Amino acid sequence: MRALALLSTEGEGFDPPDARDFELPPVFSIGGFEVTKVMLLVAFSVILIGGFFYLAARRGSLVPGRLQFAGEGAYSFVRNQLGRDIIGSADFQKFVPFLFTLFFFILVNNVFGIVPFIQFPTMSHIGFPASLALLSFLIYNIVGIRRHGFVNYFKEAMFPPGVPKPVYVILSPIELMTILFTRPLTLAMRLFANMFAGHLLLLVFILGGEYMLHSGGFAAILSPFAFGFGVVLTFFELLVQVLQAYIFTLLSALYIAGALAEEH
Amino acid sequence: MEGTLNVVGYGLSAIGPGIGVGLIFAAYINGTARQPEARGILQPIAFLGFALAEALALFGLVLAFVL
Repeated sequence: MRALALLSTEGEGFDPPDARDFELPPVFSIGGFEVTKVMLLVAFSVILIGGFFYLAARRGSLVPGRLQFAGEGAYSFVRNQLGRDIIGSADFQKFVPFLFTLFFFILVNNVFGIVPFIQFPTMSHIGFPASLALLSFLIYNIVGIRRHGFVNYFKEAMFPPGVPKPVYVILSPIELMTILFTRPLTLAMRLFANMFAGHLLLLVFILGGEYMLHSGGFAAILSPFAFGFGVVLTFFELLVQVLQAYIFTLLSALYIAGALAEEH
Repeated sequence: MEGTLNVVGYGLSAIGPGIGVGLIFAAYINGTARQPEARGILQPIAFLGFALAEALALFGLVLAFVL
């Protein structure tokens, strides 16, 4: 869409990509409710993940086939690395479905950013990371309050033992801010900012390369380098996307583990 | 090209968290190299520290857009 706009305004100088590139026009609308590409991608990712793991788990046999092996490997990665090792073997079982869903939902939606013909990371719209972070926030606070009781949970979070008394004046407000405000905010912001910046970076190199190609002269000779760098950055983006899905899930697990721990 | 000084300021402010993240992972690599069995214990700590240091850079990014 923007590429076409760029061609039509040729000769007016390069228009660098910015936040407007993330406002996609609605694909279709049902009774005034506009359905955008991002919503379709979320629905598609759910079908994709659900379908894959349904097929992988449908015929569970003692000697796993190729698909079952892939599904089991993916499941046991989240279960062991993110669940058991972080939350601890006593409590981790009931959080595995949440962590597992979270990891693969974020992973697939992030990787959409570099899949050809889709090429839009869902998580670069703040609403999706924000709602996921809100879910994490509710879960770790609720399990913490359930485990320790309302007063005790906040007391343990705000007054960690082994600190000189005067330090509590500064420490306690910071700790309270952390569990109520900073944690969900940074969870959402981290994922959003990484996907937003990554997509913008790819746009700069690809659209810039295209503009240089059309502008002719010396810039046209250099444009393959811009495209080449765009390809390199696409692989770098894959690394970032997987890492961000991992970090979001890891931090959710760490926060749950912190809320469940006997003493902070 | 247009731009604001905000973005330049954000670039400068990202130096601090950048160094911080570097130090955290340097310590993590050092620890793992000296005691490979400790990897599983060090990894969540390293990522938690990384997340805390990176949070500052993210606040800067938000303020660069908002202000």
